[in-house]
Amino acid sequence: MEPLLKLDHVNKAFGGLTVTADVSFSVMPGDITAIIGPNGAGKTTLFNQITGHLIPDSGRIIFQGEDITGMPPQTIVTRGMGRAFQITSIFPEETVLENVRVACLSHRKEILHPFRHVGSFKRATDRAYEILESLGLANRADRPAFELAHGDQKLLDIGIALGLEPKLLLLDEPTSGMSPEERQLTRDLIKKLWKEFKLTLVFIEHDMDTVFGIAQLVRVLTLGRLLAEGTPDEIRNNPEVITAYLGEEVS
Amino acid sequence: MEYRKSILSVAFVIILAVGFAVAPLAHTSGYQIMLASHILVWGLFAISFNMLWGVTGMLSFGQALYYGLGAYSVGLFVKHVGAAWFVPGMFVGLALSVVISLLIGLLVIRVGGVFFTVLTLAFGQLAWQITFRWYDFTGGDDGIQGIIAPGILSDRIVYYYFTLAIVLISIWLLLRLSQSPMGVLLRCVRQNPARVPFLGQSVRMSQLRIYVISCFFTTLAGSLMAGVDNSIHTDMLYWTTSGEVILMSVLGGIGQFFGPLIGAGAIIVIQDIVGARTEYWPLFIGILMMIIVLLFPRGVVGEFQALRIKLTSFARRGG
Repeated sequence: MEPLLKLDHVNKAFGGLTVTADVSFSVMPGDITAIIGPNGAGKTTLFNQITGHLIPDSGRIIFQGEDITGMPPQTIVTRGMGRAFQITSIFPEETVLENVRVACLSHRKEILHPFRHVGSFKRATDRAYEILESLGLANRADRPAFELAHGDQKLLDIGIALGLEPKLLLLDEPTSGMSPEERQLTRDLIKKLWKEFKLTLVFIEHDMDTVFGIAQLVRVLTLGRLLAEGTPDEIRNNPEVITAYLGEEVS
Repeated sequence: MEYRKSILSVAFVIILAVGFAVAPLAHTSGYQIMLASHILVWGLFAISFNMLWGVTGMLSFGQALYYGLGAYSVGLFVKHVGAAWFVPGMFVGLALSVVISLLIGLLVIRVGGVFFTVLTLAFGQLAWQITFRWYDFTGGDDGIQGIIAPGILSDRIVYYYFTLAIVLISIWLLLRLSQSPMGVLLRCVRQNPARVPFLGQSVRMSQLRIYVISCFFTTLAGSLMAGVDNSIHTDMLYWTTSGEVILMSVLGGIGQFFGPLIGAGAIIVIQDIVGARTEYWPLFIGILMMIIVLLFPRGVVGEFQALRIKLTSFARRGG
């Protein structure tokens, strides 16, 4: 089977600081994989390169067999790559519904319609409600997004990404800033979304319960370098990983 | 629920249309008709401007350029070619507006925030200087007098209804735009530009689109003004014109579609009433602006809306 996403010797430096060092890996369709690593390991920078926010100094990024290196984010997004953000990124003054619907409209190429009332776009509206239903936010659809609690805003952020019907969804610390109870709920929800939307998921996470609870494959990044990759069990018992990152947290 | 705002807006447009349409029937003087025309033209100017600022978050300080472009397109054609060229002059102005706003737009949208504001101001002042200095062509500081539309449009009342029709159609088009998917996208560009690329949309293209649209309607307002006052002056291109439209928007409320229109009406009426009594009327406007900005930052329409929402939720809880 063709990989959905393939990184081929990707390098990136900011001045003298190497943030991505010869990273290569493939993501197969339907997988859930996690990227872990200490702060400053270059995880978010790697996401930024995959989504076109940053351009790698060298190497190639292949998405669905197409070289997307150097493409702007808005082009890559329309190819079927979604992203939710570490620091929640929503449209605070719009309603919860509007946040998701604007993504649905964009996916359906109805977003540039300058004349018809946004509420008359029936299929985009219905789809937005379906997504809010899956996220458990449908009962607050007509509230302004800034009124939502932090955890729900994170879900809405994922909802915006889902509105674009992505094949690959990148989640940057989906459970950061959440209570242990919220984390458990979010874990269950991510698994549910993965099945329901037939997604391929790559997520960055510091919470090890989340990582080992839902990832099929874990990749460890330190100082921009791919240190190890393997199943949760392999990673848990990898001496190099334990020294570099996991330390006492797992043992 | 979703359409309630839309129904209210339509109701407001109808009241506006009827109100301004019956005005000439009520024994109004020529002066009052001119005042009403001023409110309509400035209202369109302010609403177009607010599509940039209040909706998309682009504070242009150079919209006088397009206002003057509309006025001088009509004025120069009438002066150099003849009165029959009044309406064709409007069309030429609108075509020029699209070309110029595309070219300037491509430059100014490259920078954000205060740099955008200063750059638009610079272009505006450049256009003013050219108009001011090029005496042989534009009449310089003398402006252009005696601009009268040909045929039936030369009649005051007919021209008033001509203005009313164009302004209402324009406002209606902009209202539809603000409630359309494109309008939502523009609001998204203001609220969180970093997220917009991840909707698969370009921030710059969105900004350029609304810049051209806003400038188009500003030019239209300017060209209508040439026939209202029958004379035009370089002041129309001066930065104070750009500033005035900002004041009108703030006074009415930049978060509301009709806010700038109400603000335009208020400032013009105040200028008229206070200006008739004292030459220090700008002082009065200045104090009023301070009160609005400090105490009612949402503007007249915005505060009114907030009060209405408060009252309905209070009534609901009480009942």
